[in-house]
Amino acid sequence: MALGRDEVLAIAHLARIGIDDESVEGYARDLSEILSFVEQMNAVDTDGVEPMAHPLDAVQRLRSDGVTESDRREHYQKVAPAVEAGLYLVPRVVE
Amino acid sequence: MAERSTDTIHEKTVAESSKALRAGEISSRELTEACLRRIERLDPKLNSLITITAERALAAADAADDRLRGGDAGPMTGVPIVHKDIFCADGVRTTCGSRMLDPFVAPYSATVVERLEAAGAVMLGKANMDEFAMGSSNETSHFGPVRNPWDPETVPGGSSGGSAAAVAARLAPAATGTDTGGSIRQPAALSGVCGLKPTYGRVSRWGMIAFASSLDQAGPFARTAEDLALMLGAMAGFDPKDSTSVDREVPDYTEGLGGTLRGVRVGVPAEFFGKGLESGVRGLVESALAELEGLGAELVEISLPNMELALPAYYVIAPAEASSNLARYDGVRFGHRCSDPKSLEDLYKRSRAEGFGDEVKRRILVGTYALSAGYYDAYYLKAQKVRRLIADDFTRALEKVDLIAGPTSPTVAFGLGERADDPVQMYLSDIYTLAVNLAGLPALSVPCGFLGGRPAGLQLIGGYFDEARLLNAAHNYQQVTDWHRRAPEGFE
Repeated sequence: MALGRDEVLAIAHLARIGIDDESVEGYARDLSEILSFVEQMNAVDTDGVEPMAHPLDAVQRLRSDGVTESDRREHYQKVAPAVEAGLYLVPRVVE
Repeated sequence: MAERSTDTIHEKTVAESSKALRAGEISSRELTEACLRRIERLDPKLNSLITITAERALAAADAADDRLRGGDAGPMTGVPIVHKDIFCADGVRTTCGSRMLDPFVAPYSATVVERLEAAGAVMLGKANMDEFAMGSSNETSHFGPVRNPWDPETVPGGSSGGSAAAVAARLAPAATGTDTGGSIRQPAALSGVCGLKPTYGRVSRWGMIAFASSLDQAGPFARTAEDLALMLGAMAGFDPKDSTSVDREVPDYTEGLGGTLRGVRVGVPAEFFGKGLESGVRGLVESALAELEGLGAELVEISLPNMELALPAYYVIAPAEASSNLARYDGVRFGHRCSDPKSLEDLYKRSRAEGFGDEVKRRILVGTYALSAGYYDAYYLKAQKVRRLIADDFTRALEKVDLIAGPTSPTVAFGLGERADDPVQMYLSDIYTLAVNLAGLPALSVPCGFLGGRPAGLQLIGGYFDEARLLNAAHNYQQVTDWHRRAPEGFE
């Protein structure tokens, strides 16, 4: 699978990663190489094979629906880039 | 008098330190100060540590000495260790090797850190690593590459390169690491130390910064299998905070050490000795297999027919899970934020563009593509089916044999910069380790010789939760070999 310029930019947008113009070609080359490499998987027939999501085929453990954490909001927000009155600040979204 | 001077105190293994501490021959403060002096003197040559926590270490050492005097000491009490900088330690900068987390001071501790702390181990600092554990050479770190103590012009392996180099250089007798596709075993092999990746679920992932959650597993580095056993005993165990943690009793991993290898069936997969394996490494691994045979083990030829699909399947599954896990770095709640964002989208895009390095971006993009509408079945689902075939290969093989042996990595350490521009070439370094993560099995690497002064590793793979058997096999091997006793020149 060879990826073109537009496809790289579309993927980068989905991943919310800014890519400057001059690096697009490099990413297109690297990603195409990686994708053609992983396509070796197609050499094997996997019809009827159960996909494996977890090494031990375990299922999610359930717990009782009770409060187990204490309120540490202020402590956790200390590492945030911008906080005011307990809220995370971002650029204006709604005009 | 057999008393050792503090100049050679760093030569002690975990087991030797532990014994000397409990006998009152040395104090944890002496041991910790000796390690810190060595770090100050020698680490500038290696760059194996990102953060040195000297003050905290000395306080922990004093507390350990109190416990030792009070008779309330376990095997890890007072023993200095290094944590890979992927484990959150409350109040300590935790970078994961990334600019994204350059300013991040963890507000809580990983379960691995808490457990080792509770066992009385003394944290000396946080080890350098490939950015977000993505790499096989430690060259993707935002904090610069780590040098291999055996040859400073070569890489120590990765992603836990700092942990491996620190143990090889005797800066600490043991370290923690994480292994998603070989990130403990490959650097252990390239740096000439022991490293163990436990069964998936054996050690808690809580507070360990996520890369690929269905593959990530924490484990120890040390110079001997016995030390790995002591470390694993302190690290392992059920943790309700990790939804994939396995509720199963932790055995005393040192108990079975020294048991005979007579009658133990060791599978040798033809697929681990094919093209790509450096002939010198092949020779060393074959000699190691002969040693195991000499110890009574029975070598059995086996086949893992889908092995060559492990690399392609891994490079879909790991990036896909990474693209999802790393979505949390958005410049809003923690980590790097770009200056003066014009809009929310600009905030996301520039913070992530500036905060992540090239290899991390590549993997996020590959993963995003593999998970995107229209491609999910062809990539992610296909890879999960291939994953099943690979795991089934191991299950069938392990019905016939007790453990599987082969090379850890196809080559010895390569030169700094040698593979940095070719992602796929770099990925080949993990060709023998990735499949083990896909299957979720435990495996370790033990030093098995040198090629032109650079170390090679023997990989041993076991059945689920069969860490004790792996450790015993490696321990037996280390009783008849002395590769692990050699120290790199300048780091004796």
